[in-house]
Amino acid sequence: MSAVAKTFSNRILLWAGIRGTLPLITSVAPFAMLFGALGLASGIPVVMTPAMSLIVFAGSSQLIGIQLITGGASAPVLLLTTLVVNLRHALYGLSLAPHMKGLSRGWKWLLAYFMTDETFAVAITRYNQEAADPPPNLHWFYLGSGLTLWSSWQASTLIGLLVGSKIPASWGLDFTVAVTFIALIVPTMVDRAAVVAALVGGLSAVLLAGLPLKLGLVAAALLGILAGMAVDLGWFRKLKGNPAHE
Amino acid sequence: MSESGLWLVILGMGAITYGIRAGSLLLAERLPRQAWLSSFLRFVPVAVLSAIVALEMAFPDGALDLSPVSNHRLLAGALAILVAWRTKRMLPTILVGMAALWILQALP
Repeated sequence: MSAVAKTFSNRILLWAGIRGTLPLITSVAPFAMLFGALGLASGIPVVMTPAMSLIVFAGSSQLIGIQLITGGASAPVLLLTTLVVNLRHALYGLSLAPHMKGLSRGWKWLLAYFMTDETFAVAITRYNQEAADPPPNLHWFYLGSGLTLWSSWQASTLIGLLVGSKIPASWGLDFTVAVTFIALIVPTMVDRAAVVAALVGGLSAVLLAGLPLKLGLVAAALLGILAGMAVDLGWFRKLKGNPAHE
Repeated sequence: MSESGLWLVILGMGAITYGIRAGSLLLAERLPRQAWLSSFLRFVPVAVLSAIVALEMAFPDGALDLSPVSNHRLLAGALAILVAWRTKRMLPTILVGMAALWILQALP
């Protein structure tokens, strides 16, 4: 017997992923209901709205997409918009990939479908917590998170389509996404570099919010990452010295 | 747009979205293993999630509002940050943040 620090069954990890994602349903559900209601109002064939939630499964691009369709936008505009709005997922994939090295191709194809802001946030936090000694089946946690978000997104799309978007905006339920992400990232800010990355990322997002199609968000994320790297790798300290860093 | 045109657009939107997701996940393993890259990847979550949080806090109804008097999300978010920092626990952070927002909204 080798000294294995800790093991979890697939089911335990799946449940942990589900539990960790439950709070986010409160913000995802009104968002998907709004999309369902907009889909109905757009006048496209009824089945296309839930089909879009199944096929695209990316909230912001669906919401912008349905508004563009209603406004009579052309196909190239719709596709280009989708590309730009969803660019940030490339950062998520890059950052998840090292934790999924041992997985089969099939698992990666499957988990890629479930990649959203929310599941990325929940899963990468757990992956990083376990980074010292990762359980080999930690992807079940990701799967649990992904399935939870996916089913609430699909169900809420249907509810919005059938009964409309009934949750008043004044309840502020969309704010759960902010407080949940705060709960996930603040404990990871353990050194100055991480704090700088967070501050630069947050401030630039507000300053660049005027850019269309979430481009400001992508640019702000990159600026935050670069700021963190500058502190981490000592770019400013080493300007005159040897820049090589092991 | 025709019905078949719409279907093609929806399939195209799905293909592009999935392509970004799967492409970044699968191609990342071919990237060179270097210090700058692992540093880059280390700051992705904290930078992008902070950016999302900042937007959620500063744009309560889609318009920029940096006054803590009219924008209750600033104080509620600051309180959530404080709780997350002190407790490092998820549920208290969420509950305090949301409760603070509702209480501030209900105040006259």
